[in-house]
Amino acid sequence: MQFALLIYHSPEEWAMRKNDYNDPHLGAWRAYYKALVEAGVYAGANALELPETGTTVRLKEGKRHVQDGPYADTKEQLAGFIILELPSADAALDWAARCPGAARGAVEVRPLAPETMRRGFTG
Amino acid sequence: MNEGVQQDIEGAVGRTIERVARESYGRLVAYLSSHTRDVASAEDALSNALVAALTTWPRDGVPQNPEAWLLTTARHSLIDFMRHQQVAEASEPMLVLLRGGPKEIPMSPEFPDERLKLLFVCTHPAIDPAMHTPLMLQTVLGLDAVRIAHAFLVSPTTMGQRLVRAKVKIRDGGIPFEVPQERELPQRLDAVLEAIYAAFGIGWDDMAGVDQRGRDLAEEAIWLARVLLQLMPEEAEVHGLLALMLHCEARRAARRGPDGRFVPLSEQDTRQWSLPLIEEAERHLAEAAKRGRTGRFQLEAAIQSVHAERARSGQTEWAAITVFYEQLIRIIPTLGTRTGYAAAAGEAHGPEAGLAVLDGICLDAVSNYQPYWAVRAHLLQRLGKSSEAGEAFDRAIGLAEDPAVRQFLLERRG
Repeated sequence: MQFALLIYHSPEEWAMRKNDYNDPHLGAWRAYYKALVEAGVYAGANALELPETGTTVRLKEGKRHVQDGPYADTKEQLAGFIILELPSADAALDWAARCPGAARGAVEVRPLAPETMRRGFTG
Repeated sequence: MNEGVQQDIEGAVGRTIERVARESYGRLVAYLSSHTRDVASAEDALSNALVAALTTWPRDGVPQNPEAWLLTTARHSLIDFMRHQQVAEASEPMLVLLRGGPKEIPMSPEFPDERLKLLFVCTHPAIDPAMHTPLMLQTVLGLDAVRIAHAFLVSPTTMGQRLVRAKVKIRDGGIPFEVPQERELPQRLDAVLEAIYAAFGIGWDDMAGVDQRGRDLAEEAIWLARVLLQLMPEEAEVHGLLALMLHCEARRAARRGPDGRFVPLSEQDTRQWSLPLIEEAERHLAEAAKRGRTGRFQLEAAIQSVHAERARSGQTEWAAITVFYEQLIRIIPTLGTRTGYAAAAGEAHGPEAGLAVLDGICLDAVSNYQPYWAVRAHLLQRLGKSSEAGEAFDRAIGLAEDPAVRQFLLERRG
C-alpha cells in the first residue's frame, strides 16, 4: 500500500530554507532519506519552492481567477511530499514521526487512492 | 458564601473526585465487569457516576465512602442502560449484579478487588498483543483513547475502534475473568508484565539508541506495577519489573541537559539521579532475589542496578553487565537485548567484540531498528572506521524520532 507523507513547514522552517538551509538541518533530512531507501520503503519524493512562488488558478463561471501565492492561507504551508510503500497505516505513522519535518511543523499521512482509481485518472 | 470560597470548595471536591477516580477506577470497572464480562458498559456506567459526583458532591459534600457511592450510582446507571436497551434476556450474572443483594454487592469499601482478573483478561492470549497495554491503561487506569493513541502513535479514531473491538471480544469471546491456574500462570503473568513494561517504554539509552514507544506513560506504568505487586506480593518478577522501572525513572532528570540536549547514560551527572528511587529499586531487587527464581525483568533490573552503582563508585562494571546480558539473551533473544549486549560487550571487551555481536543479527530485522544503528555507529567510530561509521550514523539519525537524540547523533557523527 502506498502512503504520502505531506510535509508542512512552519514559517521559521521556511525562513531557514531561505538562508540556504545549511547543516545540521540538511544532515537530518539526508539521513532520513537514506533510512527510507535502506528500509526498502521509499517510492518517491519531492520538495516544493517557497509558498510565495506559487500562483493559484481557478475557473469560475468560465472566468479565470489568478491569485498570487499558495492556495491555502495558513501558517504552515505544504513544503514537499514523500511516497512510501508500506504494509500498514501504523507503519506510515512510524515513519512520519521520524521525519525531521514532524518536529518543526507537521507531517500528514494520507493513503494514495487505490491503484485502480489512479489508473482511471491517468488512463 | 462568596464566589471565591465556593470555587475553592469545588476545587477541593474536584481534586477528591480526581483522587477517588484514580484510585478506584480500576477497582470499580473490574468489579462491575467481572460479573458481566461487559467492560465497555461498566466503563460507561462508571463515567456516568463520576459525572454525577461532579454535580452532587460539591453541593451535598463528599460522601463518607466515596467508592461505595460511585459503585451504587454506577449500578443504577447500568440498570437504566438495560431499561433503555430493553434487553429481553439479560444474562444471569448481569441480573445478579443489578439486583445487588447485600451478598452480591457489599456496600462496605471491602468489596472484592478484581483488578488482578481484569489484568489477566486484558492480556489474554485471545486478544491482539498490540492491544494488551492500551486495554490495560483504559480499563484499569481510565485513560482516554486519545492519550493512549498519542503514546502509541496511532490515530485516535483507530485506537478508539481497536479498544471497542477488543472489549467486544472480551464480552462475546468467552474470555474468563479469573486468575490463571498455576500451570499456565508463569506465561500469563509474563504477558501482564510485558504489557506494563510496554507502557513504560524506555529502552536502554547507553548509546542514544532509544526505542521508547509509550514513553509518556512511565508514571502510569509504575502505578500499575505497584497495583500488581499489591495483588501478587510473592512474585519475584513483579518485584523485578518494578525495580527495573524505578531504576530508569531515577535517571529521568539526568537524561536531558539544561538546554534540552540529550545526555547519554555514560555522560549523565549521577548527582541528578534520584537516590530514593534507586534505593527503592534496590529493595525490590533484593526482595525478588530472596525468592530464588531469576527472570527476565530481574536481570534487566540487575543491569540497571550495576549502572546505578556508578553514583557511588564513579565507574561502570561493564563485565558484570555483559554477564547479565548473556543470561538475558537466553531468556529473550530479542533485538533489544542483543543490541544492548553488543553495547555492553563493546565497553567490556572492546569495539570488535561488540561488532561481532551485532554482525550476528540478521540485517533484515534491523532496517527499522534505531538502537542497532546507534550502537554500530558508536563502535565503528571507536575503531576509527569513519566512513562506515558515518553510514551507520545516518541510519541511526534517519530512524530517530526524538529531535534531541537526532541532534546528539548529528553532532557525534561530525
